[in-house]
Amino acid sequence: MGANGMSVTYLEAIREAQARALAADPRVFVYGQDVGAFGGAFKATKNLAAEHPGRVLDAPISEDAMVGLAVGCAMEGLRPIIEMQFADFSLVGFNQIVNQAATLYWRTGQPCPLVIRLPSGGTVGSGPFHSQSLESIYAHYPGLVVLTPATVEDAYSMLLEAVALDDPVIFCEHKLLYYHLKAERLPDAALPVGKARISREGRDATVVSYSAMVHEALAAAEELAGEGTQIEVVDLRSVKPLDTDTVMASVARTGRLLCVGEGWPWGGVTAEVVARVVGEGLDLLDAPPLRLNARNTPVPFHPHLWAAHRPTARAIATALRKLLRL
Amino acid sequence: MVLARILDDKLAALYRTGKIFGGVFLGRGQEALSVAIGMHLRPGDVFAPLIRDQAGRLAFGETVLDVVRTALGSVLGPMRGRDGNVHRGRQKDGMLPMISHLGAMIAVTNGTLFARRWRGEQSFVGAVSVGDGATSTGAFHEGLNQAAVERLPLVMVIANNQYAYSTPTTRQYACKRLVDKAIGYGVAGHEVDGTDLEACLRVVGAAVAQARAGHGPQLVEAQLLRLCGHGEHDDASYVDARLRQAPVGQDCLRLAEARALAAGWLSETELESWREEAIATVEAAVAQAQREPAPDPFREDWLALASPHLADGWEPTA
Repeated sequence: MGANGMSVTYLEAIREAQARALAADPRVFVYGQDVGAFGGAFKATKNLAAEHPGRVLDAPISEDAMVGLAVGCAMEGLRPIIEMQFADFSLVGFNQIVNQAATLYWRTGQPCPLVIRLPSGGTVGSGPFHSQSLESIYAHYPGLVVLTPATVEDAYSMLLEAVALDDPVIFCEHKLLYYHLKAERLPDAALPVGKARISREGRDATVVSYSAMVHEALAAAEELAGEGTQIEVVDLRSVKPLDTDTVMASVARTGRLLCVGEGWPWGGVTAEVVARVVGEGLDLLDAPPLRLNARNTPVPFHPHLWAAHRPTARAIATALRKLLRL
Repeated sequence: MVLARILDDKLAALYRTGKIFGGVFLGRGQEALSVAIGMHLRPGDVFAPLIRDQAGRLAFGETVLDVVRTALGSVLGPMRGRDGNVHRGRQKDGMLPMISHLGAMIAVTNGTLFARRWRGEQSFVGAVSVGDGATSTGAFHEGLNQAAVERLPLVMVIANNQYAYSTPTTRQYACKRLVDKAIGYGVAGHEVDGTDLEACLRVVGAAVAQARAGHGPQLVEAQLLRLCGHGEHDDASYVDARLRQAPVGQDCLRLAEARALAAGWLSETELESWREEAIATVEAAVAQAQREPAPDPFREDWLALASPHLADGWEPTA
């Protein structure tokens, strides 16, 4: 149930998941810049400091030390949730994430249960340093789980599951979905982490996507439905692990694949999906698989440029029409 | 200190005969400072050693067998062949397994102290060992500032051994003394002659006691000279000959032995028996570790996650 008792936004779901985790598990705490009394730059921790004194703590502007402290706490059995103010700033703490947190279990056999929340992706006017989608970078490293919820329900249930996991989790929450995406209520049951979802069924082509791009893909599918084409949309939900089985089964039904991601085109999640489908299911394909990503430049500031930089429903629909002609 | 020196010498010999995979990094010349850290820590404390802390590790409770098992790649060692040499640790015993990135263990140590305070424990400290080179990193700055803000019982010990690999301190920092950084972070600063065991025991002991008593982070800078290469692959030809002749270039172990003999705390016979005992301990551990199995790639689970159901097992060649 949302704060207003009527509906709940994606952002409120993230806040509610943290509230529930704090209430349910005394090992949980939240650490990040401005997360305390202020409630976070996006208000994802609104009122949590007052509700859980001493457990929602402002951090200095020290992303490296924030993650380092979380690793030390995780070694000792606590369950820290780190809020990066923007995903882009996690790169200052990259060393601690990929070399410390991600290697700890394999090197020592000791679990490293922590969650790093990354407010991710582009929004109007955010520009090169407040817009990045870093799921592909983190997914490249062994020892990390990388989650990319596209729905209010997933934002809630996957964050709770992330806190319960014994591994470091990179939780990519999309800022564009924070306020606009709403659900009637928070879910009681959920698909587990690691399972993709068929968001829309179709028989003519498969769009594999995740995070905010799922909604662009669904809009494109709706547009093509008006042209008599049925598009299946797969929401990966987690990019690592990647649910290859669900993707492959969908491609087996449709014979055509378009993979859409908001990250940059060189390598990354979309390339990984295509590589897996081609490697294991080339004979399932009736046409070459396509990828659609952001343009190969930093993320632009001006809305006109930004709209042309990221994949949109219109760009996805255009790519699908091309795919269907191949 | 005697055991650490003899163990280091044995590791160097094994390295030269090709028995060790990867690098060997010794603590020669830094044993007095290092052992002072280990001796002032108790069970329940935390120690994040650096690459020249064999003496401190042994004093804090690490076994010789752990050291040689890791160096020789025994699967029975604490790192099971997955990581080697100085990266060993047993975090349940408070000994943190270092990564190679300098300064990175400071914030991790802060976390272990934060967690102890969270659990309501008292009178614990965490010691982090760094060199002069690490003080130039962002991680050093972030970690020490964080410890000060959180008022954690952190003892940061800088072994200023005059060189970071081959880079002299003149190319590393421009302040007069590294201990002068303490006031900038709002923490207490201590200076000590790292060649003088008694001074190290006294100064490190005072810093540990201050931290243990709740007076916040303590920064200790010790002046000493690394009496070996960066690793055993390095002949240290870049070290200024004048430094070797200066007081800072003295061997802390020889000074400590001479002091103990002169004061009558120890006889030549006793010292020799310590050495013989240390040699026997090291040789026995090496003999045991050399008989032990190496890691078997076919028995390795190749699993980097504690949650096996989330392993993304897809590999292109599989």
